[in-house]
Amino acid sequence: MESSTLPAEKFTPKELVTDQDVRWCPGCGDYSILKQAQTVIPDLGIPRENIVFISGIGCSSRFPYYMETYGMHSIHGRATAIASGLKASRPDLSIWIVTGDGDGLSIGGNHTIHLLRRNFNVNILLFNNEIYGLTKGQYSPTSEEGKVTKSTPMGSIDYPFNPVALCLGASATFVARSMDRDPKHLQAILKRANEHKGASFVEIYQNCNVFNDGAFEVFTEKSSKKNETLFMEHGKPLVFGENADKGIRLDGFTPVVVQIGNGVSANDLWIHDEKDRMKAGILSRFFDNPSKPDHLPRPFGVFYVEDRFCYEDKMQVQIDEMKAKRGEGDLDALLRGKETWTVA
Amino acid sequence: MERQNEVLEKVIIKFAGDSGDGMQLTGTQFTNTAALFGNDLSTFPDFPAEIRAPQGTLAGVSGYQLHFGSVEIFTPGDHCDVLVAMNAAALKANLRNLRKGGTIIANTDGFDPKNLRLSGIEEKDNPLENGSLDNYRVIKIDITKMTRSALTDSGLGVKEIDRAKNMFVLGFLYWMYNRSMEHTEKFLTDKFGKKPEILKANLDVLRAGYNFGDTREEFTTRYTIGPASIAPGVYRNIMGNQAVALGLIAAAKKSGLPLFYGTYPITPASDILHELSRHKNFGVKTFQAEDEIAAICSTIGSSFGGSLAVTASSGPGIALKAEAIGLAIMLELPLVIINVQRGGPSTGLPTKTEQSDLMQAVYGRNGEAPMPVLAAATPSDCFHMVYEACRIALQSMTPVMFLSDGYIANGAEPWAFPSSSDLAEIKVKFAKEKNAGEKFLPYKRDERLSRPWAVPGTKGLEHRIGGIEKQHETGNISYDPANHEFMVHMRESKVEKLADYIPEITPEVGNAKGKLLILGWGSTFGAIKSAVIRARNKGYDVSHAHLRYIKPFPKNLGELLYAFDQVIIPEMNNGQLVRIIRDKFLIPAIPYNKIQGLPFSAEEIYAKIEETLK
Ligand code: SF4
Repeated sequence: MESSTLPAEKFTPKELVTDQDVRWCPGCGDYSILKQAQTVIPDLGIPRENIVFISGIGCSSRFPYYMETYGMHSIHGRATAIASGLKASRPDLSIWIVTGDGDGLSIGGNHTIHLLRRNFNVNILLFNNEIYGLTKGQYSPTSEEGKVTKSTPMGSIDYPFNPVALCLGASATFVARSMDRDPKHLQAILKRANEHKGASFVEIYQNCNVFNDGAFEVFTEKSSKKNETLFMEHGKPLVFGENADKGIRLDGFTPVVVQIGNGVSANDLWIHDEKDRMKAGILSRFFDNPSKPDHLPRPFGVFYVEDRFCYEDKMQVQIDEMKAKRGEGDLDALLRGKETWTVA
Repeated sequence: MERQNEVLEKVIIKFAGDSGDGMQLTGTQFTNTAALFGNDLSTFPDFPAEIRAPQGTLAGVSGYQLHFGSVEIFTPGDHCDVLVAMNAAALKANLRNLRKGGTIIANTDGFDPKNLRLSGIEEKDNPLENGSLDNYRVIKIDITKMTRSALTDSGLGVKEIDRAKNMFVLGFLYWMYNRSMEHTEKFLTDKFGKKPEILKANLDVLRAGYNFGDTREEFTTRYTIGPASIAPGVYRNIMGNQAVALGLIAAAKKSGLPLFYGTYPITPASDILHELSRHKNFGVKTFQAEDEIAAICSTIGSSFGGSLAVTASSGPGIALKAEAIGLAIMLELPLVIINVQRGGPSTGLPTKTEQSDLMQAVYGRNGEAPMPVLAAATPSDCFHMVYEACRIALQSMTPVMFLSDGYIANGAEPWAFPSSSDLAEIKVKFAKEKNAGEKFLPYKRDERLSRPWAVPGTKGLEHRIGGIEKQHETGNISYDPANHEFMVHMRESKVEKLADYIPEITPEVGNAKGKLLILGWGSTFGAIKSAVIRARNKGYDVSHAHLRYIKPFPKNLGELLYAFDQVIIPEMNNGQLVRIIRDKFLIPAIPYNKIQGLPFSAEEIYAKIEETLK
């Protein structure tokens, strides 16, 4: 049941809206992410019927109900595993996984890392709000140390995951970070994720205004954004700061913040190379708590891209090879087996 | 030399030795020779639980039991008539299963001080010397020495020479049971064609074993077991797990769907994965997932995409899959879940058999979560019942649980395999059109109460499904109390409705009414059938019926049960089907249980019948 190969019929963002009322809390960052997805997807040239959104459980996982495509709202943590089976069976589909920090990194952490190493050609959108929203405010695996929540009145003693570093460690072939409050950037990253052939992991900082309001404020608010964020662009120097006056230089393996000017020009800075796995590793560790003095800015954009075979393609190659060698399977020959005897 | 020739109806041989002694191969060779000759038969291998147990120890004993005869054979047999013991541990581990007066073929070299010590026997207590085996016929052969002397000029090293020991035993048994060596000679030629010196060594030792029997005067008798009068046809040998794999491929072919098999390695189910992964030219996609949960979830995704999707495990893995099974029930997607049961709970007895996951299959999920449950009775029945499981899943849009167990999974029997054209049709129709005017209702039902299967890629039928309770027909999220109750009943009715489409139950042996019914399910089939036939021959009014469909039950099951004065339900568990039967039919069914990781013997069931009817 291959899907049609006719030129995709155009559809509008409006046609991606379903008849279901959106049930997120007013002000939730999820609204923006939904909006950006609905804006970008019609431009991707994919027939709407070939698009599938799969989610697990959590606030973010309601997403498929609001997308007029094929969709499945599954069980907690398993969207990645379900998507793996669907992609293995139907490489022709465009599959988007919507998950959260609890869904994708806690209960479903195992499937996330295995999907990444297998490199199914799917897109994972991980809405990171550093809290459990749907269950009303417990700390999550990305909540910072010491976080006071309903389940940690004395502060969390869990050390948090660094999702980007984790995914690089799992040999992901596309790793990026964006945020709900920067629609343009988010749109661009969604496009890049879709373009990448292989598993694309996009961490999206998403504000939960009810249980963890302002978790990413320093990165999203005008007053601090320019100094606290580093927008990476392939082939361009790593520049940030209020007046684009600061940059990152590599001193051996150590990144250092330098002031541009006074003999330091953009040419002396670290030039971002998305294909450099080692440097992506260093960038992923730009993860200091922004309240610490001398911390590095938080990077946004594409950390790393790699061209590697996809599981579903190799799966098909083996089938084709076996067919070439033995011919299309003959059921009667299979049932008969190698050795028979006749009873007269 | 003049020999007596004694005609026997059936014989049970147990080949036992160290895992390195090649007893599985010896057993299989004798089995195939017997099958080609026309005997009916049944076999069961018995592997050590440890992968590399120390040589010579009890833990390292590997066995293979063969029951063959000129009469119908239903089980691998209770007590063996002949025990081949390649070493002291093999004898110690199997002696209690040898019938009194039975024959022991002992490799004396395997009873040297070292082997005795490894098997925990004091040197002075060597069973071959101390008279403890006086009630048996003991044939002592120094097989190691005989093998070495047959190969003195072969130029092979001692290690390679000793590896041919099993061929000596095989040759000797071929002589004893008047069998031709042709099949094995051909097998060896195929196997070692590229290594002529090894081939020659094996053939020489095989013949040496045969000639040993022929020339020694002490062996005064040979035995003949004539061909069985089995139904005419073309037969092959089949193991349960292999039959499952074939059944799945057949169902995929007949339904025109690609087969997707998502699983995680677990004993005793893994052989299904091994078998399926060899048949990629049928377009089979096998996916070894990162865990049991991912395994079933991958199949749910695959099913959503329009494949015949199947997952398999054993009890512990099925427990992990429970939540996802519930999801599949809510999504109403076709899925086959195979449980090759083993001893439980927890890790339990991984290499031993049990039927203790029936309650788990029928009830073991959160919420009201009904699904059809089917069970295979014999190794070859695995083919037919898993095929049925696929058919039901696809036609009723539901997950189906198929139960097998370690006993039939690894057991083998002759199978008059069907031709592909004999197999029941499996019609699958994907939804292509909107089904309610301008709208597509993903949960609108047909006469089977089955919903449409609209796979991604179908234009105009975009829809969302999920695990939250859904509104009748639209499938939209619904928390409406009355709707929930309605949907719970709907899902139950859908499964119960299957009773209209499955065969009624008829007794395997005996009548549809009488004094005593033995009602079985799963792998107890052979033992019950043998016992009931024997009891009826002795004049007892007893019948045997066997359940292959457990949820829903065949429509006429109640009628059958009520037609008997008493019903006994033998199970390799602490009483599971018996509880379901009592609950549903309110009859005082009698449980008869064995929970030893071992199958029932026909003798045990026979004794129960006798005790009940006396
Ligand atoms: S709880 Fe938080 S994440 Fe969930 S919908 Fe409300 S604001 Fe959004």
